[in-house]
Amino acid sequence: MTTAVAAAGVGTAARAGVEIRLENLRRRYGAVTALDGLTLTLAPGELVALLGPSGCGKTTALRLLAGLEEADGGRVVIGGHDVTGLPANKRDTGMVFQAYSLFPHMTAWENVAFGLQMRKIGAADRRRRAMETLELVGLGGFGNRYAHQMSGGQQQRVALARALAIRPKVLLLDEPLSALDAKVRARLRDEIRRVQLEVGITTLFVTHDQEEALAIADRVGVMQSGRLEQLGPPTTIYARPATPFVAEFVGLTNKLSGDVRGGAVEVRGTRIPLVQSDVPDGPAVALIRPEAVTLTSSAETSAGPLVGTVIATAFLGATSRVTVDLGDVTVLAQLATSEATSHPAGTRVQLALRADPVLIARETSGATPA
Amino acid sequence: MTVIERPLVETVRRPLGGGRRLAMPQWIAAAPFFLYVGIFLLLPTAIVVSGAFIDSAGLSLANFATMNQRFVINAFLNSVLLSATSAIIGAVFGALLAYAVATGNPNGAFRRLVSSACGVLAQFGGVTLAFAFIATIGGAGFITLWLQQHGMNIYANGVWLYQLRGLVLVYIYFQIPLMVLVFLPALDGIRPQWREATESLGGGTWHYWRYVAGPLLAPAFLGGTLLLFANAFSAYATAAALVNQGSIIASLLIANTLTSEVGLANPGIASAFALVMVVIVAVVMVLYTLLQQRTARWLQ
Ligand SMILES: Nc1ncnc2c1ncn2[C@@H]1O[C@H](COP(=O)(O)OP(=O)(O)O)[C@@H](O)[C@H]1O
Ligand SMILES: [Mg+2]
Repeated sequence: MTTAVAAAGVGTAARAGVEIRLENLRRRYGAVTALDGLTLTLAPGELVALLGPSGCGKTTALRLLAGLEEADGGRVVIGGHDVTGLPANKRDTGMVFQAYSLFPHMTAWENVAFGLQMRKIGAADRRRRAMETLELVGLGGFGNRYAHQMSGGQQQRVALARALAIRPKVLLLDEPLSALDAKVRARLRDEIRRVQLEVGITTLFVTHDQEEALAIADRVGVMQSGRLEQLGPPTTIYARPATPFVAEFVGLTNKLSGDVRGGAVEVRGTRIPLVQSDVPDGPAVALIRPEAVTLTSSAETSAGPLVGTVIATAFLGATSRVTVDLGDVTVLAQLATSEATSHPAGTRVQLALRADPVLIARETSGATPA
Repeated sequence: MTVIERPLVETVRRPLGGGRRLAMPQWIAAAPFFLYVGIFLLLPTAIVVSGAFIDSAGLSLANFATMNQRFVINAFLNSVLLSATSAIIGAVFGALLAYAVATGNPNGAFRRLVSSACGVLAQFGGVTLAFAFIATIGGAGFITLWLQQHGMNIYANGVWLYQLRGLVLVYIYFQIPLMVLVFLPALDGIRPQWREATESLGGGTWHYWRYVAGPLLAPAFLGGTLLLFANAFSAYATAAALVNQGSIIASLLIANTLTSEVGLANPGIASAFALVMVVIVAVVMVLYTLLQQRTARWLQ
């Protein structure tokens, strides 16, 4: 997985990451169940992204791990030590909040040095380590700036440096990029990953942005209603979603109505095997990735369940996403841009559905256009 | 109580209509304000200044000669004492009340009740307030009488309500609400992340107050105290309604010098006293503004 490389005074090879275990964590707020038995193990040095819609319990999970919130049940184990009963200031975690978390009356380096001051480290050492950590996050020359003199992205870098300066056992980030604009977001995301790999610290990264989660994490945990739906490497989460929820939440999905019979679903004349084994026979909605749809040119006059007209093309760089109108439903197909250019809007095309196993949508029955 | 007519909290807003507007020059909209300031602030100040430096002999400092007389010095010292005492007590209790409000439910009944009560009570002064105190704890006030019937005489050592101590008590009545109004925005600017960041960095409650919340709130607290000081220092009507003899504080001294019951009215000397008051209040308000700006940058 990740190798711990010593960074200037911050991550020392001696401090390779530790294992983090969340065991059957439960938390209720009045009638709301925020966490409903969350179990998750992070390998030493691993970056796990918790991904899920707003309100699914991601922040609660993070805060229980940080000790900022108490669990109703379950355990938190950091590096083999059960810390469930410990308050936040004894847990040795570094936390990066969504925004506005820097102390506004302190300069960048004073912010970064604050945790060292709490640990009674001498003034000279504090300053040196703060400056080194700012260097690590690419803010070498910004030590004397106040929060209001920095951009949102720079403030988040300082917040990251502040969290790392205390050499915590675990790094926690709660939607640290969501208050930033798109360009800064992508750059800082990669920057966070670079620093995390360099320091080798076990990290839990919370986000509702699937692209962010897939791009940054060693493994992604998709959450729904206080539980973990699926945990796996980004490619698996995307290509082999274990549940319909994951399939619909991560990436784009065509929802095409079909007929289930004998462990396969027939969609517009194509038989496709199923991922799930317990689907009853009868009408159902199949979830088909745009990547599983291919297209070829078709004669103006030809007809069939998978013949339609291109109505739009979105260029995504090397690949393009083509929208095809089949009359009763529109279907997204993702293909190489070079291929997509030969099917401009208005042309007739013949679609084909690849026979990769598909998921059947949950009870939300009835054919819904994609 | 003239100080609080200006907006208490300055908020930075962008101009509504963006940069340029064609039809109406901006000064037209601002004209009534400047007219108001001109008539009720600049003009009186000019009159005070010119009155202070001009006597029968022309330009002179003669009017300030009275400043070193015992009763004048006493009146000013009393004013400072009254203002400082009522400001400090008002600031401490006002800040505590504001803290109780800020940590409660932001949409709760307690907050709405305290906020609107403070809005009213901070402006509650003058004859009405004096009368309220006279009617309740004055020499023949109903609370005084009720306590007497139960064997307690709050005036066993003389009727202090009409002395400086009494003024402190009465002033606190509008100082506390004013402090709530000026301090609450600062408390609302404190973000919960700062406490949580302190904790996750290894700090406890003491560290949070010592290194984070304390330093962040100190300018707002100090500024609020200064505002309360200026508020009390320049108050006149409440004291005038309560104290009918003597010139125990500066604002009463000025009024008495202007109208002099013994027929020795001297507008020149009154202007000199007034100018000293204006200078003191101006210095305090400049300090207040500086502190307020600092707070605004941190706790917007
Ligand atoms: N302090 C709280 N009081 C009451 N309800 C809360 C509190 N914190 C979270 N919740 C509720 O718990 C659920 C999960 O919240 P959260 O963990 O913040 O979700 P996420 O971070 O995934 O958006 C939500 O329904 C939320 O309303
Ligand atoms: Mg959240």
